[in-house]
Amino acid sequence: IACLVIYLFAEFDDAANLLAANPDATTISIDEPVEIPKNQHSRLQEPGREEDDELLGTDDSDKTELLAGQKKSAPFWTFEYYQTFFDVDTYQVLDRIKGSVFPVPGKNFVRLYIRSNPDLYGPFWICATLVFTIAVSGNLSNFFIHLGKPTYHYVPEFRKVSIAATTIYAYAWLVPLALWGFLMWRNSKVMNIVSYSFLEIVCVYGYSLFIYIPTAILWIIPQKVVRWVLVVFSLCLSGSVLVMTFWPAVRDDNRRIAVATVATILLLHALLAVGCLAYFFDAPELDLPAPIIPTHNGTTVVTKSQ
Amino acid sequence: FPGLADVSISQDIPVEGEITVPVGSHSPDEDFSTLDEPVKDTIMRDLKAVGKKFVHVMYPKKSSALLRDWDLWGPLVLCVSLALMLQGGSADSKDDGGPQFAEVFVIIWFGAVVITLNSKLLGGTISFFQSLCVLGYCVMPLTVAMLVCRLVLLAGAGTVSFIIRLIVVGAMFGWSTLASTAFLADSQPPNRKALVVYPIFLFYFVISWMILTFTPQ
Repeated sequence: IACLVIYLFAEFDDAANLLAANPDATTISIDEPVEIPKNQHSRLQEPGREEDDELLGTDDSDKTELLAGQKKSAPFWTFEYYQTFFDVDTYQVLDRIKGSVFPVPGKNFVRLYIRSNPDLYGPFWICATLVFTIAVSGNLSNFFIHLGKPTYHYVPEFRKVSIAATTIYAYAWLVPLALWGFLMWRNSKVMNIVSYSFLEIVCVYGYSLFIYIPTAILWIIPQKVVRWVLVVFSLCLSGSVLVMTFWPAVRDDNRRIAVATVATILLLHALLAVGCLAYFFDAPELDLPAPIIPTHNGTTVVTKSQ
Repeated sequence: FPGLADVSISQDIPVEGEITVPVGSHSPDEDFSTLDEPVKDTIMRDLKAVGKKFVHVMYPKKSSALLRDWDLWGPLVLCVSLALMLQGGSADSKDDGGPQFAEVFVIIWFGAVVITLNSKLLGGTISFFQSLCVLGYCVMPLTVAMLVCRLVLLAGAGTVSFIIRLIVVGAMFGWSTLASTAFLADSQPPNRKALVVYPIFLFYFVISWMILTFTPQ
């Protein structure tokens, strides 16, 4: 893990340099992150409020709020307004995807990668890819599971594409909406240091779904153990991105409400993964290889294969 | 001008003449109105334009002819024929069948619109209908693949036929993607090309998947 962390700091240096070269308004806030790799290493040993400052990004939160206001100044009925949400280059999208798959412990995804430039490209196309990946993988997996049976007739199951699309797009847009409304409401009651805009929450949710794409492809393997290990692994990765993003936003609130909020976020995320696995992928019937079956059942096994 | 110092213009000499500006015909259309031409000429002109674009898709070069005079006849014909050929699959009128006619239509047109919007939002300089035209015409290799698949399925539905169909559909998918990228890639800002090409790849992949998984009753 230390090697991974050091590697990520090196990558982050490159990203900071690239940001410095980019003549964009958001480069004002790069002073802070360049210093972090030097003293973050020592901070990892002492968990405390200093880590939370990194999560909050309090140094540049004011600046980023101002910059966010200045950027989207076109009226919402013009095409230029929506172009501001697609103001990302290829390397930025790839960096954001990398940040969602390899969560750096103690770093906030929004502060680190989004930096008041939320984009809609990532969430939209990651959700579209996930919809088709789940539908195609589910179809392939069912085909391989039922392959040898004489009564099996292959069906493309195209209806499941629309169901998958509805589910995933609803999750990626309605859950952030509810979460944003909830955070706004709590913000009015308790003075929170960190508050996210709606688009930043959509961005985090969209990019956190990326890990499910390779997971869905690997779900083709018809072994229950493998599938559940994949579920837990991907849930840990994307769940940790979400937790590290939203914990600072609710931490100052009532303890119970904060814990309940984070638990609900994780629960919904887990529900999405398990629900997709259960609905789109038929249960594999052979969990154990045949020789392990005890001998008094051996006769029935022999007759089946005949 | 020293020689003209003693020249004076008398009030008696009238200055008159005619000034005409020759009006040349700016475009050949003004010589005759297209309303007067025979119907066969009108139809043949449009058909030739559509045919020329099909040839451009067959041999994709970076020519701007496809982009300049866009039309949506070709995409409509291709989309309808593809959707018709995808009918008659294992439709038990349950949820398990292949895509219905409306689903194919919506996927192709809605997908093309979304990809066009995506490339325009990312800062592309291509116009909306030009991009729709290119994406629609580049469905042609996949329509040919569908035709070949149906013919192969008439012969049998075993493993060999599946491998043949897989190779044909895979090759046509690559051809479609390369053809549309060849036409569309130049109009994008250079550091966002991959962001624009990926949705096109996904679009043709979905259509290829629908073609490959077509199973007759």
